[in-house]
Amino acid sequence: MGGAAAVVLRLDRITKRFGKLTANDAISFELREGEVIALLGENGAGKTTLMNILFGHYTADAGGVELFGAPLPPGQPRAALAAGVGMVHQHFTLADNLTVTENILLGAEPLWRLRLGRGAARARIAQLSEDYGLKVARDARVGDLTVGERQRVEILKALYRDARILILDEPTAVLTPQETDALFATMRKAVARGLSVVFISHKLHEVMAISSRVLVLRHGRLVGEVKTAETDRHRLAELMVGAEVCAPRIVEGSEGAAHLTLERVTTPDRGSAPGLKRAALELRAGRITGLAGVSGNGQAALADLIAGLIGPTEGRLLIAGAEPAGWSPRAALGAGVARIPEDRLKTGAIADFTLTENAILETYHAPPFSRRGFMNWRAAADFARRIIERYDVRCPGPETPIRLLSGGNMQKLILGRALEATPRIVLANQPVRGLDIGAVAYVQEQLLAARARGAAVLLISEDLDEVMALSDVIHVISEGRLSPAFARGERSAAELGVWMAGDGFAERADAA
Amino acid sequence: MRLEPIADPGLTRTLGLPAAALALTVIIGSLLALLAGADPFATLGLIVKGAAGSRFAILETLNRATPLIFTGLAIAVAFRARLWNIGAEAQLYAGAVMAVVLGAGALGWPAYLLLPAMALAAALAGALTLLGPTILKTRFGVDEVVTTLLLNFIALLFVSMLLEGPLKDPMGMGWPKSARLIPEARLPRIVEGLRLHWGFGLALISAALVWLIGARTTFGFEMCAVGRNANAAAFAGMPVNAVMLKTALLSGGLAAMAGFSEVAGLKGSLTLDISPGFGYTGIIVAMLALLNPLGVVVSAIFVAGVFVGADSMSRAAGVPTYIADILLATALLTMVLAIMLTRFRVRRG
Repeated sequence: MGGAAAVVLRLDRITKRFGKLTANDAISFELREGEVIALLGENGAGKTTLMNILFGHYTADAGGVELFGAPLPPGQPRAALAAGVGMVHQHFTLADNLTVTENILLGAEPLWRLRLGRGAARARIAQLSEDYGLKVARDARVGDLTVGERQRVEILKALYRDARILILDEPTAVLTPQETDALFATMRKAVARGLSVVFISHKLHEVMAISSRVLVLRHGRLVGEVKTAETDRHRLAELMVGAEVCAPRIVEGSEGAAHLTLERVTTPDRGSAPGLKRAALELRAGRITGLAGVSGNGQAALADLIAGLIGPTEGRLLIAGAEPAGWSPRAALGAGVARIPEDRLKTGAIADFTLTENAILETYHAPPFSRRGFMNWRAAADFARRIIERYDVRCPGPETPIRLLSGGNMQKLILGRALEATPRIVLANQPVRGLDIGAVAYVQEQLLAARARGAAVLLISEDLDEVMALSDVIHVISEGRLSPAFARGERSAAELGVWMAGDGFAERADAA
Repeated sequence: MRLEPIADPGLTRTLGLPAAALALTVIIGSLLALLAGADPFATLGLIVKGAAGSRFAILETLNRATPLIFTGLAIAVAFRARLWNIGAEAQLYAGAVMAVVLGAGALGWPAYLLLPAMALAAALAGALTLLGPTILKTRFGVDEVVTTLLLNFIALLFVSMLLEGPLKDPMGMGWPKSARLIPEARLPRIVEGLRLHWGFGLALISAALVWLIGARTTFGFEMCAVGRNANAAAFAGMPVNAVMLKTALLSGGLAAMAGFSEVAGLKGSLTLDISPGFGYTGIIVAMLALLNPLGVVVSAIFVAGVFVGADSMSRAAGVPTYIADILLATALLTMVLAIMLTRFRVRRG
């Protein structure tokens, strides 16, 4: 179709400020009928803000949106819906206790009709899932579906409402490589039928694979608009971060003793999040052990277990070959486990506390910070200053509340707090999530430095590329089960994807 | 409408907004006086004069502030750890009962032994009164707002039962009133001949101690951490439940000291009306002080002044004393709003 296709969406100099931060700075672009454009940028570049403005969740401070040639009234999600915009958020908006069909009809049907036109609706849903390759059990409860299936329901929901423009916000973050391929097939079918897609991502290879044009955002600005056919990954990465990117260099190290061992460990399920199922794992000195898997497959249980928050209900957890007397966060700290939690603000730090207070959060109860029940705040401030200096935490001073720091600097403080005790075991749960590229590189370097010092590092990440780049050994987790250890380069991403989908395990069970 | 956090509020905001809140309170008070048919300026003047216009007035205000400092401290300590203790009233009565049980002749000790024993027993009783709901909270997740609030009524009925039964004053001519404390069990006056008793001194010392605990001790750090983010505190290895229980003991003990001080310092015996809601007013006191223990002293004196001033104004100007409740309620609401507005900016869209 090329340039002749009609413009369906036009953003005109959209500007949005949050306080001093300019999230979107005069961004303009056009979306044409039947094309996939990719919105590429790091976390915090302004992608999601822009789409929320388009969808009416936010109103822009300046600029306007035009849909199918008509201006869109700002701040009204209903208007965007009515005009044919369908959005699939990173976090799904489905009712777990309703069936797939009910979820799709929810809000699309008038409230006052006593009998829903179920027959016609079901036929239409069947047709849509056929046309777009969105296989899903229509009568299953959404709560029983996998994350990939839920995403399909979200897309069906949008299509059912006659969406002409689909906005997919980081849709692949929760998918296995195979599910991503299926999603891309759906997107191709959609554009073939004249729909238009905005694909938001920070993964370069996906953007290269599916889009026809790429818009690159950096710090709220549109820094580049290129035809996908005329660019390459390297060029896009440069545009995205504004500088030459270099991957961390990994020096081959030697493997040491097992610092932490799990022997057929089972932990309880929590709600929809599975616990571990007879998991076996060995964290060896001088090794980064990577844990790959789709989110919500037991990573939280494993992290909580090693952090000392829960204990095994079956099986054994061994520290340096011996079972610890009791297992709690303090016992874990005492055993030399450094913990970098998944959620900096919810578990890693106390937002209203100062850097000093957060720096001693794990060690406050022992000398030199506490003697005879009294705090030594001078020692605490000295300690905080040392971390600030050694780990390059950018801040006004140790008495600043930590909530005023950027995610990267907050993470550096948590990292410093954890690593300052020269731990034998490092638990890094999603350590770079939401960080800018500079902080990502820094955190990864520190993990590699801990490995070089002889620590056993467990890296939990939903980003398969990150796991594959950093790990000496990889386990895949699926529904609480751990795969055997794969050495670096032993399995391709696609092969790991099979395990992430839970398939490798079945074969093994058959074989056994 | 959305709220946007302000990183650095600046001096005009941090001082100007609370001043505006106070001004708004005064304006609303004036309108009410006008509504009651009195001259608003004269009414406000009479309130100020009644609260602080003479040595007698000032001492009266300080006397009234004494139980409010204790209950305010109790609330501040608990709220800082996010333990929502609405039951200071019950803990106050628990303390008052213990003061009477030991002080009305059961122990014939000299004052220097008897008074500490009474204070200790009172604090213990108050601490245990709050311990129950807190265990229910940490063990079973029972909402302490409900349990502590309802315990207030149970406590009041229990005291009523005691005053009709075992603690009833045989010389009381049938009034629901306890026997009088023996002279050794009475808190002495700070200055001979003036009505201010040592309860006020104890309250000031308690405020200083609570401040010290919060700012300097390991337990204070734990309390604050658990209050700000229990999840992160648990992750860091803090014994969250134990901290909650210790906080409950401290908070309940402080509230009970209000009861001890009222009985041993002011009233000399226990009746059902020794507290006109000091336990609840303590919440206002603590909130106005932003849960700061030293601020509690100031806000308790302010709140007591409004009550005492309104009492005396009412006698002179004929405006109902209820104006005091309205003034305090308004002051609390406007102050909370002002504090929110120093931290957040309201934006449309």
